[in-house]
Amino acid sequence: MAKHYTREHEWVSVSGTVATVGISDHAAHELGDITFVELPQAGKSVKQFDILAAIESVKAASDIYSPLSGKVIEVNSRLDDAPELVNQSAEDAGWICKLEASDLGEVGALMDEAAYQEFVQGLV
Amino acid sequence: MELIYEKSVPGRTGVRIPVADIPRTTGGFPAGLRRFEPAAFPEVSELDLVRHYTNLSRRNFSVDTNFYPLGSCTMKYNAKVMENAAALFAGCHPVVALLPGGEKLVQGPLSLVWELERQLAEITGMDEVTTQPLAGAHGEMTGIMLIAAYHKARGQKRKYVIVPDSSHGTNPASAAMAGYEIVTIPTAPYGDMDLDAYRAAMNDQVAAVMMTCPNTLGLFNPYIAEICRIAHEAGALTYYDGANLNAILGKVRPGDVGFDVIHVNLHKTFGTPHGGGGPGSGPVGVRAGLIPYLPTPRVVKKDDGSFAVEAHPEGIGRVSDFFGNFGIMVRAFGYITLLGREGLIEVSEQAVLNANYLMARLKEEYDLPFDQTCMHECVFSAARQAKEGIHAIDIAKYLIDRGFHPPTVYFPLNVKEAIMIEPTETESKQTLDSFIAVMIEAARCAKESPQELKDAPITTPVGRLDETRAARALQVCCE
Repeated sequence: MAKHYTREHEWVSVSGTVATVGISDHAAHELGDITFVELPQAGKSVKQFDILAAIESVKAASDIYSPLSGKVIEVNSRLDDAPELVNQSAEDAGWICKLEASDLGEVGALMDEAAYQEFVQGLV
Repeated sequence: MELIYEKSVPGRTGVRIPVADIPRTTGGFPAGLRRFEPAAFPEVSELDLVRHYTNLSRRNFSVDTNFYPLGSCTMKYNAKVMENAAALFAGCHPVVALLPGGEKLVQGPLSLVWELERQLAEITGMDEVTTQPLAGAHGEMTGIMLIAAYHKARGQKRKYVIVPDSSHGTNPASAAMAGYEIVTIPTAPYGDMDLDAYRAAMNDQVAAVMMTCPNTLGLFNPYIAEICRIAHEAGALTYYDGANLNAILGKVRPGDVGFDVIHVNLHKTFGTPHGGGGPGSGPVGVRAGLIPYLPTPRVVKKDDGSFAVEAHPEGIGRVSDFFGNFGIMVRAFGYITLLGREGLIEVSEQAVLNANYLMARLKEEYDLPFDQTCMHECVFSAARQAKEGIHAIDIAKYLIDRGFHPPTVYFPLNVKEAIMIEPTETESKQTLDSFIAVMIEAARCAKESPQELKDAPITTPVGRLDETRAARALQVCCE
């Protein structure tokens, strides 16, 4: 399924009921060099737009919000040793975690790629 | 420069300690905690030691050596006479006040605590003050605990604390530590909390709203009275973060506007040492309805004019030993007493004038995202320079080469390439003018010779540090 985005610059890609979550290329670029990703605990339950994880860069520390409700089933533990993956490949190898999504209807509250690109343009 | 350990020569010493003529004892210490080899101290003479630290201190950067316009931190100069004042009390142990009959011996120090609380209450428009909190963030934590105690006493379990997205990070952190969930309100185009979003977020589950005014952008929020009114209507309390109180001394009293709880940072507003330079102090002021919950004990003035220490049993307990960082309180008391009402008003007028002067002189060269009269600090953006590949960090490093401490960069987070400048009231026009000249020079370099900015700093003991690597490969242990 195509990616969807939040206004807080997270992306989510759903396959079946498994939702892969990360931050957008735009967000990674704006944050600058990522130095640390505080990954969520597997098994943690989150509601849509609740705080899911945190990310630190040389410029700032920011919360990562969950694009969908669900339960964390896997985290990208490569980020523990290589947070720079988020800079190199925010929307692919730099994914943050996978959720077992509990309500796929929530995707309706997110932006598709075209809408997100337009949203980002509007921010500049 | 060599480390003091590298200067060590076996057997060298600064003083000769006489051979002990009392028997050695292990003092009953368990073997696991005892040292069986001499401690690995550096072995140097007194002269080695004096030279080492004198030379180290010459590499230090401080308000005593250079202009330090670090936005949000209020790095003003503190008069040295206050150090002498604090030293006068160095021989007095605070436990004396708590011993039977001890109060009689420490009437002076007790009166100072009491008087300082009155001064701070008067300045902030609050009914009572506690000097116990040991820093600004500790004051916030104490303030939020007072708010929680207030609601609890009314049988209410409120869940949320509202903060604007421009707030200091300690605001949401303090509220979360006290068990509240945080609701963040975005910034409106006029540079402060979006009033409609705030109104929509307010309900009977909100315990408090925390405001910093002027805020981190250096802007005075014209709607604070309305914000307080909306909170009170919903039964919520209002918290004033006094981090930027130096901008409004003698002009606005948060208590008069409708704030229920306030903390003040003595080190920012009232001229006491900063951060690593000395212990902090974050007194908390409250309106009458919250007095019962203040920390115990309290210093009280009796009818005969003497001072006593009384338990305050209904309160949230102790938040620090004794009465807080007393040495810091002496300096603040001295500062307030020396300046008086007229002097304090002049402090805030001068702080605001200096910031507006800088803003007006630099707005041609740098973008100013919120172009309006500022208070004690102003926030520029290096967005224009960033288009040419020069970022706020490059300008910051260049300033070091030219003898200035950089402004705060990349904060607040809601301004891209932020450069946050707070000149403070203690700087002269001549100092501001030389800083302005270098900032203009940096903007010109960005256009004409960007490599000069990229290479900076070149005059420091070490060049540009790799901040990314330092954070990613963090090593904090000495080996």
